[in-house]
Amino acid sequence: MRDFSYLRAGSVDAARQAAALPGAMLFAGGTTLIDLAKCGVAEPETLVDITHLKGLNGIELSESGATIGALAKMSHVADHDGIKSRFPAVSEALWQAASAQIRNMATIGGNLMQRTRCPYFRDPANFPACNKREPGSGCSAIGGVTRGHAVLGTSEACIAMYPGDLAVALVAFDAIVHLGDRQVPVDDFFLLPGTTPDKEHAIEPGEMITAIEIPGSASARRSTYLKIRDRQSYEFAAASAAIGIEFEADGRTIRDLRVALGGVATKPCRARAVEDALKGKMLEPDAVRAASLLAIEGAVDHGANHYKLELAPRVVARAILKMGETA
Amino acid sequence: MTVHNIRHGDASDGALAEVVGGRLSRVDGPAKITGTAKYAVERQLEGLAYAVLVESTIASGKVREINANAAEAAPGVLQVLTPDTIISLRTASDWFGTPPPDKPYCPLARDITFSGQHVAAVVAETFEQAVAAAALIKVSYDETHAIVDLSDAKAGDGIPIDAMTKEWGDAQAAFASAPVRICAAYNTPREYQAPMEPHGLIARWESDRLTVWEPSQWLDGMARTYAEWFGVPFENVRLVSPYIGGGFGSKALALSHGAVAACAAKMLGRPVRLVMTRPQTFTGYGGRAATRQTVTIGADRQGKIQSIVHRGVNETSIDGMWVEPLGSVTSIMYATPNFSSKQNVVRVNSVVPGPMRAPGENPSAFGIESAIDELAYEVGIDPLEIRLRNYAEQDPEAKKAWSTRQLREAFAAGAERFGWSRRTPEPRSMRDGNQLIGWGVAAGTYPVRRAYGEAIVRILADGSVEVESSSIDMGQGTYTILVQTAAETVGVPADHVVVKLGDSRLPRAGVAGGSRLAGVMTGAVHKAATSALDQLIGLAISDPRSPFHTLQANTLVVANGRMSSPRGDGPDVSISELLKSVGRDHIEATGDTMPANSTPEDRYKNYTTIAMALPHTEGDYSRHSWCAHFIEVRVDEDFGTVRVSRVVSALDSGRLYNPKLAESQWKGGIIMGIGQALLEEGIVDRRHGRIVNNNLADYLVPTNADIPDIEVISVGIPDLHSSVLGGKGVGELAIVGVAPAIANAVFHATGKRVRDLPITLEKLI
Repeated sequence: MRDFSYLRAGSVDAARQAAALPGAMLFAGGTTLIDLAKCGVAEPETLVDITHLKGLNGIELSESGATIGALAKMSHVADHDGIKSRFPAVSEALWQAASAQIRNMATIGGNLMQRTRCPYFRDPANFPACNKREPGSGCSAIGGVTRGHAVLGTSEACIAMYPGDLAVALVAFDAIVHLGDRQVPVDDFFLLPGTTPDKEHAIEPGEMITAIEIPGSASARRSTYLKIRDRQSYEFAAASAAIGIEFEADGRTIRDLRVALGGVATKPCRARAVEDALKGKMLEPDAVRAASLLAIEGAVDHGANHYKLELAPRVVARAILKMGETA
Repeated sequence: MTVHNIRHGDASDGALAEVVGGRLSRVDGPAKITGTAKYAVERQLEGLAYAVLVESTIASGKVREINANAAEAAPGVLQVLTPDTIISLRTASDWFGTPPPDKPYCPLARDITFSGQHVAAVVAETFEQAVAAAALIKVSYDETHAIVDLSDAKAGDGIPIDAMTKEWGDAQAAFASAPVRICAAYNTPREYQAPMEPHGLIARWESDRLTVWEPSQWLDGMARTYAEWFGVPFENVRLVSPYIGGGFGSKALALSHGAVAACAAKMLGRPVRLVMTRPQTFTGYGGRAATRQTVTIGADRQGKIQSIVHRGVNETSIDGMWVEPLGSVTSIMYATPNFSSKQNVVRVNSVVPGPMRAPGENPSAFGIESAIDELAYEVGIDPLEIRLRNYAEQDPEAKKAWSTRQLREAFAAGAERFGWSRRTPEPRSMRDGNQLIGWGVAAGTYPVRRAYGEAIVRILADGSVEVESSSIDMGQGTYTILVQTAAETVGVPADHVVVKLGDSRLPRAGVAGGSRLAGVMTGAVHKAATSALDQLIGLAISDPRSPFHTLQANTLVVANGRMSSPRGDGPDVSISELLKSVGRDHIEATGDTMPANSTPEDRYKNYTTIAMALPHTEGDYSRHSWCAHFIEVRVDEDFGTVRVSRVVSALDSGRLYNPKLAESQWKGGIIMGIGQALLEEGIVDRRHGRIVNNNLADYLVPTNADIPDIEVISVGIPDLHSSVLGGKGVGELAIVGVAPAIANAVFHATGKRVRDLPITLEKLI
């Protein structure tokens, strides 16, 4: 870790201005940034501390949905009664992420900026080639140890997994990222690697996440987050699914369905093909399982992560059927 | 061996907490919980400088050039050590004390034999400056092709280790003619000790005297190595290790990073701290070697074994030798008239593997205890019943009686508590919704390793008792059981006893490894305390100033810190009053368990090598701890995820000096075994020969959520052939057999036999 300057921002505008300077990075919970600085990936020249900014840690619910301040802690949001009752998938995604200690430190805005766990990305000394770190340097992961790498949304430049949980639930329910005055749908906020895997988020220097807005819906109210992983706690997803469902008055016909995948793609990944295949249909186990296979349409594995092609549709199906049972 | 009366019954004797056999809580617990326990590298020293290692980024080749110009010019940098600039050391002897070759030793490598080898180090005024400067060092290499692992086509069959060959009868012929034959290969990956406290040290030279503050499982052994490296007398090296944040075998030997720090301190004339990063702990020393075993069993149709043929292979490094004895359980667990076991080691480009909880027995049991389960299904006999049918009534290899073997009792107690009789034998026959339920059983064992120890016991003027030893406590409870031993032997309350450990200036002790320390040190403290008590009573009887002098008693008793006549007809005075009356400020006795005619050379050899450890089959008996694990798993049918939902283990560690602490160690071993079975694997990038999951986010060990309630049952009885006070080994035993019990349960749940650890979801999906 090299020396850096520390600057404590007095206001959102001051933070934005400071963050626009070359080599500056915003510092909130620090759970990703400090980690990346230790392994030599992040080398900020200036840390702009925004942890003391007022008015950015609220959780507000209204008729139309929820607005969560960027500095709200993961644990607070997870434990918020309104979030638990109207957006259970969001609460469950947060509870199953990271560890209790990290959830107590990490902020919602910082959570969206979480970076990949690709071991090649995280070890510059041993693996200089990484297009995400050094554009054009190559990808060390392709041809290497790929058990935890993505099968969806990959490119020849990068196969790094998006590791988070919260954003999967946010994508399912069309959340909107507030960058001060500018607003970006969360699905557009996360970028596919394509030829520019170094560019992960639709955020520009001088911009700062101020809040996340989640529109309320019947499907968000009947939702869940199912996370399957090697270890029962403190572990990234082998495959996960955020599911929300709304039935017609008959209680069997699917009026609205939301499906998003984690642990399989380079970004939090909405599975609209699954949604479209089941909307307007009756909830039948065989139909659900068949439709869930569409979740991995176009997926490309790299050997050791082949199991994700089997696993992800089963996770989707289980989650949909579980939500159906509660109808 | 002196046999003493055991006042407090057997292993689970429910004695008062304060005496041997009682459930005294850890005396070091409050200091650790409140943060006042200072670990070795937390020592604050004036002028302390900080060293950071630079490691090789290739697995095989030579260092062509190290460009340190930028690092040397970086802020705060005091020196850069490279193979060219570091002072030359002498090669030290190995842990058997074998005289070393007369050649120099350099802890920084020019010839690279594995990725992550130390090639340079930076010393700076602050840790952060050293880290920043280390990143500026540019190393160029001439790279050659690495042998990645056992499956590498270039690895070959390896080197036969003749000392591992065990044969009796005609195993091949008996196998060929057996009506039932099974043959399977079992593999375990590289596994890592991953202690919470990473390896590190502070080294300080004062003239030609070296003090090292370093977490250590073996102060005297490591002091010897440092002394030999630097060519100074053994007495000139002092190791200080008050607490250890976990070792699991990895902190028993002085390692190359220690040599680097001690060199830096000597060259700089300042104390130097060096602590490994977590990734460095995966390559700075060896974890458990990857292993492969083939187990073939020939049996009759009733499941009675007629022949076992076993072949094993483990990884070692290009220039080091590590033998993981893979036939160690295979040869003793079951009675068989014909047996053959052979082992090779294969050189690969990795750090030399090292000891990790139950080296040898652990992977060995995965082979034989999986294979016997396969045989049970082959012949259609209950997996518990087949173990009883092949029960070894004596050591099949040594042909000697067991000192004690409560394994039958362990099977019975565990099965009853677990409810084994309700098991339906067919795979996939037990289910709860999407969860397939499996019940598995496996046995484990670990030999009783014995050596000698030394201790001082002092009875002080205030009536308290002080115990000193250079042995260590890495969490297993040495402080506590030695308090209990001294309290019981002298006859004072436990809170009147202070135990001092972890300083090589104190009376000597051998390695805290191989589950031997408790047996060794309780014996030594018992002896020293008995001697101190005898002196105290002798004074009370003979000194004219003693209040007991006129009593003309032959003996007196001390209990609860007070001395009295056994007849109750004389004075009743506290120890401190007695010492005051006879004008003494303390009484001191040194006790050791060495043979009476031991020379100083014998003592040195005993405490600084493992060469004098007594074989477990010495004399008329074969000595081992035993256990039986009964484990329930739940396997999600769709996801392949395995979760352990119930564990009942019955264990025979002989007499327990402190059942609370022994149970805790057993549970720790079982938890580590669950990690081994389901999670732990060092994953190698085959192009680079490098472990890529070298951190605790990617190298998974169990969390609380992975661990169910674990019930442990002691079935041991005092075994006075094994130790002075009747205990056998505790620390290593319980991990042995956990992985096969889980693999057997997974087979019962799913019908899939997984023979490669860990049992991850893609193997079942």
